[in-house]
Amino acid sequence: MNITIISESSNGSLHSVTAQLVGAASSLGGSITVICPGGIGSSDAANISGVTKVISVEGDCFENYDCSAWSESLSPLAEGDLLLSSSSAIGRELISSIAASKGIPVVQDVTSLTGGLLATRSIYSGKAIEEVSISPPCAISLRANSFESAGEGGSGEVSTVNVSQDVAVAVKQALAKASERLDVSEADIIISGGRGMGEPANFSHLNEVADLLGAAVGASRAAVDTWEEIPHSMQVGQTGKTVTPNLYIAVGISGAIQHLAGMRSSKFILAINKDPEAPIFGVADYGVVSTWEEALPVLKEQLAEMLSN
Amino acid sequence: MGVAVLLKQVPDTTAKISISGGRVDEASITKWSISPYDEYALENAIKLKESGFGDVVAITCGPSRSAKCLTEAAAVGADRLIHIISESPLDSIQVQSLLSAAVKESGCDVVMCGKQAADTNSGSTGPGLAASLGFSCVGGATEVSMDGGVASATRLGPSGMEEVEVGVPCVFTFDKGDSELRRPNVRGIMMAKKKPIDIFAPDDLGVDVSNSMVSIKSHSSPPEKQPGQKFVGSDSIPEVVSKLREEANVI
Repeated sequence: MNITIISESSNGSLHSVTAQLVGAASSLGGSITVICPGGIGSSDAANISGVTKVISVEGDCFENYDCSAWSESLSPLAEGDLLLSSSSAIGRELISSIAASKGIPVVQDVTSLTGGLLATRSIYSGKAIEEVSISPPCAISLRANSFESAGEGGSGEVSTVNVSQDVAVAVKQALAKASERLDVSEADIIISGGRGMGEPANFSHLNEVADLLGAAVGASRAAVDTWEEIPHSMQVGQTGKTVTPNLYIAVGISGAIQHLAGMRSSKFILAINKDPEAPIFGVADYGVVSTWEEALPVLKEQLAEMLSN
Repeated sequence: MGVAVLLKQVPDTTAKISISGGRVDEASITKWSISPYDEYALENAIKLKESGFGDVVAITCGPSRSAKCLTEAAAVGADRLIHIISESPLDSIQVQSLLSAAVKESGCDVVMCGKQAADTNSGSTGPGLAASLGFSCVGGATEVSMDGGVASATRLGPSGMEEVEVGVPCVFTFDKGDSELRRPNVRGIMMAKKKPIDIFAPDDLGVDVSNSMVSIKSHSSPPEKQPGQKFVGSDSIPEVVSKLREEANVI
């Protein structure tokens, strides 16, 4: 099978999810071409084990994100039976657009993929799991942290293609900088707060724990709806993000059905809530009945001590 | 000129999903709603109309029950209602072909929809439709206004919230923004009940939906969590932290 991967970048370098896409492709067998939009990270991509070829696509249109312009530039280069991308916001948009222009179907946010093309994904934000069979040629986006990364030490051949594509979307002004924090959809560890945190300023305590762990900070829908300081991009659950980290720490979150749907597939769940009857304890591997005011300082102290050893 | 707003009917986000015979048991779902992000698209489409930008054409693709989305859209101000009747699951190309034909039929040059639907959470429809129509595409918009043939939109881009300009024709997919969703008044609801719905079968739109390239093998429930360990009081935190390392091996 000939597989083409659209690489993912962040802050001007190759995003680590790209090696996971290569890992998933390698398990299917065949040749692997990685396309790097804007040429970002092409030498790092060539260094991923299993990569046959890297196409560094360069042009002015990659200065800002314009879905149609990027898709039209990349589409003619995206050959093969299977097209893969990450299921980030841009990954999903690009692969949908490229698939449509090629007249092939797309299946998004897949968490396991095997030969013959059987794919698994969660639907209803994790309330059910769907297995589908897909006939190539087709396009599939993969969820971050669901596939083993391919190692380093590859020697893919890099070629550069220059494109001159008209852009339709012009960025007029930046309104707010993206959070420097890791996004919940790509974190191994997430600590989320609910309305039980009392007020948005108290999320600073979650940030401190997150900094110790290299974790992302999330929030329940109740917290996002109540406080405008807590942006929707932090929301975990249905109408927010579905996440599957190794560790999910829920603080002051009671566990509404929409929230549970979005985080119950996490490998381990630690819940801290003062209400012993809170539904969140029904899915928690470790439940601590306590107020956050009492629990978080001890948690911080213990983690700092453990991680300094 | 005009705005086509695409609405998908999904189980209400509070609904329990149960599985029967390897498939989601749709009959057990008691409440169906317009997918939440589509509601933001609808709100913005109505605002554009109020600013003088043509009519709002509400379009849905789905089984008979989805007509309810259209009536709800009419109750808050949609002018024309189009229902593409489809009873079986469709792949992304089939959905986009049907919607593309309906948008062309409507004559609209602006399309608005949610960035993803609350059932599959895929997000393929907006950008895919844009590609098949040859329209520009702005994803994750929270607000769109129009000045002449140029739209100004706020979107969450790779480097943060930004204001962008784009010419029409264009597809906008919506994220949850600050817009307050309007609720229909009694008069709106009464008028909406009488509003005719233009019904199209896939055949009417020249789209063949007999051969889907994606077929559902099975649906299943997520694995049940094993009953966990419960502790009382913050005094237990040191023990829990050591378990996270020794037992769970996650920190």
